[in-house]
Amino acid sequence: MRVLTRIGGGLRERLDGAGQVVDLLLRTLAALGRLPRRVRFTLDMAYNAGVRALPVTMVVAAFAGAILALQTGIELRRFGDTAVLGTITALSMCREMGPFITGVILAATVGSSMAAELGTMKVSDEVAALEVMSVDPVDYLVLPRVVALAIMCPLLTALSDLVGILGGSIVAEQNLDVSPTLYWQSAREALTSSAMLLPKEVYVGLFKSFVFGIAIAILGCASGLRASGGALGVGLAVQAAVRNSVILIIVLGFIITWFFYFLAG
Amino acid sequence: MIELRGVHKQLGDRQILAGLDLAVPKGMNYVLMGPSGSGKSVTLRHIIGILRPDAGTVLVDGQNVAAMDRTQLMALRKRMGYLFQNGALINWLSVVENVSLPLREHSRLSRHEVHDRAMAVLKTVGLEQAADQFPPSISGGMKLRAGLARALVTQPEYVLYDEPNAGLDPIISRQIHELIVEVRDRLGVTGLIVTHSRACATHCGDRIGILDQGRIGIEGTVAEMTAQDHPLAKAFLGGGAD
Ligand SMILES: Nc1ncnc2c1ncn2[C@@H]1O[C@H](COP(=O)(O)OP(=O)(O)O)[C@@H](O)[C@H]1O
Ligand SMILES: [Mg+2]
Repeated sequence: MRVLTRIGGGLRERLDGAGQVVDLLLRTLAALGRLPRRVRFTLDMAYNAGVRALPVTMVVAAFAGAILALQTGIELRRFGDTAVLGTITALSMCREMGPFITGVILAATVGSSMAAELGTMKVSDEVAALEVMSVDPVDYLVLPRVVALAIMCPLLTALSDLVGILGGSIVAEQNLDVSPTLYWQSAREALTSSAMLLPKEVYVGLFKSFVFGIAIAILGCASGLRASGGALGVGLAVQAAVRNSVILIIVLGFIITWFFYFLAG
Repeated sequence: MIELRGVHKQLGDRQILAGLDLAVPKGMNYVLMGPSGSGKSVTLRHIIGILRPDAGTVLVDGQNVAAMDRTQLMALRKRMGYLFQNGALINWLSVVENVSLPLREHSRLSRHEVHDRAMAVLKTVGLEQAADQFPPSISGGMKLRAGLARALVTQPEYVLYDEPNAGLDPIISRQIHELIVEVRDRLGVTGLIVTHSRACATHCGDRIGILDQGRIGIEGTVAEMTAQDHPLAKAFLGGGAD
């Protein structure tokens, strides 16, 4: 019985948290009209996020592309069909790997610092101070961060895609005897062969990263604003933000791919 | 006039306020004392409408704070300054930007007018030299004075002070006390001061009330309270207290 009430309590807390996240998302959308007043701050945020996440994202993207090419190439070589290596690497990078690694790294670098910043503000009464001045914390603190990541996550993803394909090309040449010309030609064909300028994979990937950006920022801010009890509370908020972001990135990533390839055809 | 009538508030599983009655007449500094965790900050948060009572009413000039909508709350908060423990300044804004914030967000004043108003208030708290510094690089006393400037910049009729001298040395504390008295006497502001310090209470206060078990345990003028034999009064205002 004791165990059950504890599980029940934990579950209720989770649901409470999820409710607060949805609530924060809705309130942020409702505050969109006030974005023009926050343009400078939003651009600052986006710039900082980009600068902070760029180096790590690029390194990880390069290796992710290399792993992708290696893994696919080993299988392809058995069928003697390494000519399509560039195609497969480019498309999987754009649709899945690029958004995924960019999202995870943004969650770890920028999402965590959002939770830390807002958590610190919460436990030192700065959020209450804003309320007392009738400054809505959602409009003042959350909106610029959400918009910043909604812009920055797709931009970084596009870069990750390119760098990942580049990483793949190195492996292709060094380990799989696929000439760079062949690799790049098949990659380029894969990425331009569509009537919509770019293939569906790229759009789906960028849409994903747009959603990831919003999710990371909302989760980071929501955890921060929920923080209580001093430095320890801030630490817990950061932990929750990163953990929940990574979970949500994986789940949303699956749902979005599934939606665009199986539901919407 | 600020009036609380029979205010109850439970937070988590603790009954923090249990039928609190409190009246702060216009033009006075009312000092609210009480042990840590007894609900002093919670009381202030009810008055400015961040928290709502479970039962009872909170009245400011006869208006029920708990029943106010967004616009009414905004209007109330314009007339009421709040000085937080440690100032609660926004870290990435300079001192003058912090003080300007309430005006920049809500008034129709131009950038210049806002800046001038903010600088004028900073001058009254003696911080005009530090206007362009950032909160992490200034002392606790300066943060508090900047917080006070921010509370005063909308020219409020009321100011709620939450432990205005916590963690300050006696000299800086004294400056803050003098400022609080000046705010009452020169600006005619009604104050509700939460403090543990006897010096602050006797120097700034007109009336003193001590919170005990979620309600005012004992109350009176400064002279009455310092002469009291009641154990609460002795604990907070007696010879041993500081
Ligand atoms: N938002 C809240 N949620 C739960 N408990 C709270 C909250 N705010 C304050 N409390 C609790 O209420 C009690 C009174 O707090 P407070 O009014 O800050 O005390 P103090 O008299 O020292 O200012 C404390 O035990 C505190 O832990
Ligand atoms: Mg307090």
